[in-house]
Amino acid sequence: MSDDRLSSARLSPRDVFHVGSAGLRTRPMRVVLSALGIAIGIATMIAVVGISASSKAQLLQELDKLGTNMLKVTPGEDPFSGDSVKLPKDAPGMVGRMPGVEHVGATGDLEQTVRRSEKISKDETGGITVKAGTEDLLKALRGTVGSGTWFNDATGRYPSVVLGHVAAERLGITTPGQQVLIGSQYFTVIGILDPLPLASEIERAALVGWKGAGKLLGFDGHPTQIYERSTDASVGTVRGLIPRTVDPENPNNVRVTDPSSALQAKAATEGAFTNLLLGLGGVALLVGGVGVANTMIISVLERRHEIGLRRSLGATRGQIRIQFVTESLLLSGLGGLAGVVLGSVATYVYAVSGGMPWVVPPWAVAGGFAATLFIGTVAGLYPAVRAARLSPTLALQAG
Amino acid sequence: MSTVVELNQVAKEYPGGVAALRGVDLRIEREELLAIVGPSGSGKSTLLHIVGTLDRPTAGSVTIAGHDVATLSDRRLSALRARHIGFVFQSFHLVPGVSAQDNVAEGLLYSGLPRAQRRERAAHALERVGLADRMHHRPHELSGGQKQRVAIARAVVGEPDLLLADEPTGALDSASGEAVMELLHDLNAEGATIAVITHDSEIAEALPRQVRIRDGEVVADLRAGSDARAGGDTSSDGAERGEGR
Repeated sequence: MSDDRLSSARLSPRDVFHVGSAGLRTRPMRVVLSALGIAIGIATMIAVVGISASSKAQLLQELDKLGTNMLKVTPGEDPFSGDSVKLPKDAPGMVGRMPGVEHVGATGDLEQTVRRSEKISKDETGGITVKAGTEDLLKALRGTVGSGTWFNDATGRYPSVVLGHVAAERLGITTPGQQVLIGSQYFTVIGILDPLPLASEIERAALVGWKGAGKLLGFDGHPTQIYERSTDASVGTVRGLIPRTVDPENPNNVRVTDPSSALQAKAATEGAFTNLLLGLGGVALLVGGVGVANTMIISVLERRHEIGLRRSLGATRGQIRIQFVTESLLLSGLGGLAGVVLGSVATYVYAVSGGMPWVVPPWAVAGGFAATLFIGTVAGLYPAVRAARLSPTLALQAG
Repeated sequence: MSTVVELNQVAKEYPGGVAALRGVDLRIEREELLAIVGPSGSGKSTLLHIVGTLDRPTAGSVTIAGHDVATLSDRRLSALRARHIGFVFQSFHLVPGVSAQDNVAEGLLYSGLPRAQRRERAAHALERVGLADRMHHRPHELSGGQKQRVAIARAVVGEPDLLLADEPTGALDSASGEAVMELLHDLNAEGATIAVITHDSEIAEALPRQVRIRDGEVVADLRAGSDARAGGDTSSDGAERGEGR
């Protein structure tokens, strides 16, 4: 008997879990309350990251649909007179012949106004402009017709008009076939366009066929906006070449813009302000960690008998330490789990109600759990060390 | 080797200069049943802690089951407790909300046995203390005497070399107390070495051997059957308090 080597037995992971969770099982209410702090912190962070990721995903989706390969060409201003110069009549054709360009459309501003009838004063334009539009315009814009049709070779020559959706709304036109007064002539509405996020000026316009505009409304044939779509790879080169192609003598008079750049910038900055909210979530998490530490200290004080009993049953200091660190980890882990679920649900509700795709980045979930485990360890370490240092006899004497 | 406990000139002094034990010699042989008896403040609780290796003496040597306690680290000391010593407490210290069987199995948690075996042995130990029909009851569903019997089962489930019972009947009515003492007698008859720590002379006198403690010293070591034999050879030199520091 005396020659047996004394070595303490290791607890199996299952035993460690069992012993570590024993304290939690007997006090479920306290578990809920102290895990709540961690849960709120993690939920805040997951929701902040998830909501900004969802709205970014929506923007990118939209951008993807609209394409980032469209450029808009407009006349610049004459540097001396300050007047706006005119683009050459054959500018759309020249742009269309550039390598890489797939579709070109153009509009030309007209001076006429559009009204429902003669009874409405000419000055009440309602912000609606009248433009001549080429046949290819819709393709270049990737626009769609909500009701009715787009121009074809025939309708473009006659008094027919296609309305942007804002223009139609302001004029009170709901179905094609109705008539509007442009200048002093009635035009038949043949189509109403769907919204065009990249060309809001077209949304607010009444479009007349290019040839019809020249014949019926005195259009001089100079385009005021050219919309060009090229392959994604050639956007950069096309952009650099357009001014000299359109107006080789005065390339400075030609302005090229990328209507999607504003959306792109928005997508890039989406999430910048979330740092502040993430910080708030971090504070909540910290407070939750303090709550867990507090609960653990109380737990150790309350369970001095149990600690003494376990020591007398043969638990080493290390085993007592592990028990309380495990308890703390379980406590914060439960909070973290609840937080991830809560945050994901909050993101889901927000995304679905805003018509966005539901995105919760895996790195946020992993980060949330890592933070939880870190907090659980830190919060549990001090109480656990205290528990392990308790003298086994003191623990038994009390009560 | 049939000596389970050997204390040699053991002294314990707490910080602040209170001497709880002053040179105690004590040998406990295998299969003995003895009482360590004394009034409160006599130092018997300190003696229990030192024999149970929950505390270390400030002087003297303690040998439990052949191991010199002074040379052991916390880990080895814990292993010594897990394998060689079982404790029974006045207030039972059962884990609430856990069945009697699991409470007893807890006594083997730190022994390295797999869970299934721990539970099986626990069932055996409960049969041994006559609680086979209370296996799945929780502590609050048991009477005081039954609780103490569960606690005894937990202490003996690992077949320890020494069972230390600290006032095992202190929280029980006299009928349950008698039943518990009877159980200890039975376990002793089956071969267990048992030391009962008590302030109750009546309980002590019913046991085969009584070690009387007063003021931190053994004043008598009586064995049933033989004549009163003074165990206090050591009491010749200044046992009075107030001497020294």
